[in-house]
Amino acid sequence: MILAAVYKWDFGLVLSYTHLWAKGLGVTLAYSVGTVVGGMIIGVICGLLLLVRSRWVTLPVHYYVEIFRCTPLLVQIVWFYYALPIVLQVELPDWFAAGLGLTLYMGAFATEIFRGGIISIDKGQWQASRALGMTGGELMRHIILPQATKRMIPPFVNQSIIQLKNTSLLYVVAIPDLMYTGSIIVSDTFRPLEVYTSVAIAYFVILYPLTLWAARLEARVDQ
Amino acid sequence: MTSSSEVMVKAEGLRKSYGTVEAVRGVSLEVDRGQVVVVIGPSGCGKSTFLRCINLLEEPSAGTLQVGDRLIDFGAKHSMPRGRDLARFRARIGMVFQQFDLFPHMTALQNVMSGPVIVKKMSKSEAETVARDLLAKVGLATFADRFPRNLSGGQQQRVAIARAMAMAPEIMLFDEVTSALDPELVGEVLDVMKQLATDGTTMIVVTHEMAFARDVADQVLVMDAGQVVEQGRAEEVLLRPTNPRTASFLSRFHSTIGERKA
Ligand SMILES: Nc1ncnc2c1ncn2[C@@H]1O[C@H](COP(=O)(O)OP(=O)(O)OP(=O)(O)O)[C@@H](O)[C@H]1O
Ligand SMILES: [Mg+2]
Repeated sequence: MILAAVYKWDFGLVLSYTHLWAKGLGVTLAYSVGTVVGGMIIGVICGLLLLVRSRWVTLPVHYYVEIFRCTPLLVQIVWFYYALPIVLQVELPDWFAAGLGLTLYMGAFATEIFRGGIISIDKGQWQASRALGMTGGELMRHIILPQATKRMIPPFVNQSIIQLKNTSLLYVVAIPDLMYTGSIIVSDTFRPLEVYTSVAIAYFVILYPLTLWAARLEARVDQ
Repeated sequence: MTSSSEVMVKAEGLRKSYGTVEAVRGVSLEVDRGQVVVVIGPSGCGKSTFLRCINLLEEPSAGTLQVGDRLIDFGAKHSMPRGRDLARFRARIGMVFQQFDLFPHMTALQNVMSGPVIVKKMSKSEAETVARDLLAKVGLATFADRFPRNLSGGQQQRVAIARAMAMAPEIMLFDEVTSALDPELVGEVLDVMKQLATDGTTMIVVTHEMAFARDVADQVLVMDAGQVVEQGRAEEVLLRPTNPRTASFLSRFHSTIGERKA
């Protein structure tokens, strides 16, 4: 209490590390976009595979999704960073190994979102398209996907927002994102209060408009 | 070559089971070009399943099916068409469903154009001509740019009929197409179907509209528990049924069959 009253906030020093902050922000955004795009590609591929009528195809995809949904992301990041190169006996660039866990995690959720969007389409749409003589590819492209993507967008944006926050976990494998950059500045300035407050504000300033946008999207899809 | 009537659909001993449930148990039917066959029977007797077997939305478990010159023997291996071949088979048969199932992201016009454009790869302008003609025919020329959600049930169902007709099918299947409609909208859809019949469209119609059966059907098929229990000319089957199960089923409708149109 007394300490709080006495503490003199000084953001000037902390914010003078403009160059470092900018780099950290860049790394956070790069990992967010990279792992979201990567995860989206995985999601579309795995989501389509789940529609194949063969257990040999769907079962491995199911296990993939469940493994990533039922283990902590932090464990995944650490495992792919430290354990995978040893298991595979290959050397992976650090930046790549660090992003693997995040990408596969996003992929698992994107798979679920994609599948959910597809199966939410009324079965009458499928039978009407088939009755007209459309092939699987034609009915997907012209009938199902145009309706399903609309429904996939809001959950997808929400998951991307979570993903941006999750990139802060890269801290544990020393990737210089916003969070890790903060810790470096702390060790330089001994000003953890200002630094971590700034970090929190930075995340908030990026994400708050995104959540507003997501809410608007959701409202528009609902009507 | 000598026969005056051309067989459009010939099903023999068609069966379909779902696990242990046998929904269709050996149904045979021959439909000539231009004929209207009405299928009636109590709920759950397998009418929909039989209809869906004809355009292979369901794969029959046994029997043979001939549509045009294509003969499929479900007892034989590799006889059932797959993939693109299956799609092409279905393209020759039009089907209209109880719930209309229009594509909600397309206007009425785009719905009717969808088959020719997506399946037949017809040019957009050519397909539009076909589609506008058909919309006019079902009385919806001025509704071309409406989306399904802005159409009444009866209008939606008429668009669905036009959509199926746009493929110029060899035969049309109707599965209780008026059952989901408010009573006052049933007439406009039945009128369109009567017009198609008059124009010589070959049709198999599952319906509970007995007056329609009496006025339009060349042949009536009565199903019960997956089998055909009576079959013949509409007048005979509807007014003088020989099978007791047909008689008891029809007794519920006798007021509608009796009242003749002026
Ligand atoms: N996909 C399915 N899986 C399992 N059983 C089914 C399936 N479809 C239909 N059945 C069963 O097959 C039987 C025939 O069903 P069908 O829908 O063909 O009857 P119907 O004569 O069209 O009835 P209704 O007049 O109610 O439309 C019913 O016992 C039904 O429960
Ligand atoms: Mg039915």
